[in-house]
Amino acid sequence: MPELLQFAFSGLTVGAVYALVALGFTLIYNASDVVNFAQGEFVMLGGMTTVFLGLAGVPLPLAACLAVVFTVIVGLALHRFAIEPARGASAVVLIIITIGASIFLRGAAQVVFDKRFHSLPAWFGSDPIRVGGAAILPQSLVVLAGAVVIVVLLWAFIDRTLFGKAIAATAANRLAARLVGIDTRRMIGFSFALSAAIGAVAGILITPITLTSYDVGTLLAVKGFAAAMLGGMGSALGAVVGGLVLGLLEAFAAGYVSSQYKDAVAFLVILLVLFAMPRGLFGKATAERV
Amino acid sequence: MSVRALLEHRLAAILPMAAIVVVLPLLFPSAYYYRVAALVFVFALACIGLNLLMGFAGQVSLGHAGFMGIGAYAVAIGPAHLGVPSWLALVAGAVLSALVAFLVGRPILRLRGHYLAVATLGFGLLLAIVFTNEARFTGGPDGMSVPRLVLFDWPLRGAATWYWIAAVSFLIGAALALNLIDSPTGRALRAIHDSEVASRVLGVDVASKKLTVFVVSAVYASVAGSYFALLNGHITPDVSGFLRSIELVAMVVLGGMGSVAGSLVGAALLVVLPQTLTFLHDYEHMVLGLIVMGVMIFLRAGIVPTIATALAARRA
Repeated sequence: MPELLQFAFSGLTVGAVYALVALGFTLIYNASDVVNFAQGEFVMLGGMTTVFLGLAGVPLPLAACLAVVFTVIVGLALHRFAIEPARGASAVVLIIITIGASIFLRGAAQVVFDKRFHSLPAWFGSDPIRVGGAAILPQSLVVLAGAVVIVVLLWAFIDRTLFGKAIAATAANRLAARLVGIDTRRMIGFSFALSAAIGAVAGILITPITLTSYDVGTLLAVKGFAAAMLGGMGSALGAVVGGLVLGLLEAFAAGYVSSQYKDAVAFLVILLVLFAMPRGLFGKATAERV
Repeated sequence: MSVRALLEHRLAAILPMAAIVVVLPLLFPSAYYYRVAALVFVFALACIGLNLLMGFAGQVSLGHAGFMGIGAYAVAIGPAHLGVPSWLALVAGAVLSALVAFLVGRPILRLRGHYLAVATLGFGLLLAIVFTNEARFTGGPDGMSVPRLVLFDWPLRGAATWYWIAAVSFLIGAALALNLIDSPTGRALRAIHDSEVASRVLGVDVASKKLTVFVVSAVYASVAGSYFALLNGHITPDVSGFLRSIELVAMVVLGGMGSVAGSLVGAALLVVLPQTLTFLHDYEHMVLGLIVMGVMIFLRAGIVPTIATALAARRA
């Protein structure tokens, strides 16, 4: 039982980060139909910028805020200079553009920062808390709490503010949104900024546990994308559930099967789920028009 | 055959590529150039297969390096552990790839769009994980050495030899692909690309046509993987990794989806660029990323189709 609890907690911690990355994918996808493979680089930029501002003597809370702002600027630049000029291109062309952006950001990070692994101090120390025989890092609770706060804020923003409703409208039907006077281009840019912010926060929260380096983004993008698809592309609920399920799958596979095959087990389950439910767990069925 | 008929023949696109294959070595100052060019043709061969799948059937695969891995490990494991000669291992690898593609193809190809992308991605990852962890056979993450190809007691060595093998194989592969495109199957595939529903209504057996092209593309990738392993003399699980799969897709899209010549151009770009950008040292990846983005933004149909359209517009 303590074992199970231990695996569940580590799975939920990693899963929370996957969920945030998947949420970032979903936001951008809903607003613009772009699958943004540079999403993982936002996570990397959040962690790395905080680390290096901290090394430069900036107090860590301020460094973290500046890192989020910087990542948002990168997200806006990605939209303005790479996605916007290619408006109307096919889905796969846009994917290759975001992959190009991810190569570029990774390359820039290894020049501006370095190629080593870095960590941040845990917020509330690293003495594990004992719960039912399992040892839980306080930072895991920070990650989980952070993920909950982000999801609630995001929901409140989209559901309760006029600006948020404009984003939801853009996601639902871009032409109709434009017809009622919503500046959809601005909304798409804003969804890039929002995704970047979410990614950066995820990176800052998880760095004390998993460390960060210039190239952590690729794997996170793959996992986040897989989580989003498992949940059902375009569904925010699906992104969160998909992320948590993927994290739990990995943790249990690592604990009970073999740590070398944890990714294999996770992807095997994703494949089986997709074979049974071709639109993911929460995806809506749509009819193809001719 | 008149000149006009020759130019309009479906294999006409082979001629300029064959000319390039013959002329190129005259410009090579050293064996290094033969090696890089051989690599270009190897990847171009894999791209032709993937291009059939993406450009004609409209199905994206983010796991095609998995099939390259099967081909590569076949020529490594076959001679080392099973005593099978390399050439037979290459054939066996291709057969195995076809079989695997046939078995996983039906459930995977039922998925669409991004769901198909993630399923193929998962499939490729699974293979890479197996190659990494079954160290008894594959040497694990460090990889294993690949014995030299011996044909009729004649060991094939040297970059120049491999240049000709890779280039001729590419030309044969291109000719076969052009034939397939011009067949009823090819027309059915293009119909599926345009509209799956419409082609089904018109009586195209969508599932079986998709499966056919998936199997064909797997064989192309597998043979290319075997060549890659034999050319390198050493392989690691990276050959079947996610980044390799992404690279293949990027080659196809950069060169031009649905263009056989585009496969060669895309492969040349992404094989040669990293080699020539090494003088930039740390800035290499930034520049590579910028070039990939720039080509896609300004030539969104891909390099070859964009140029072809521009030339046609000028003539008209």
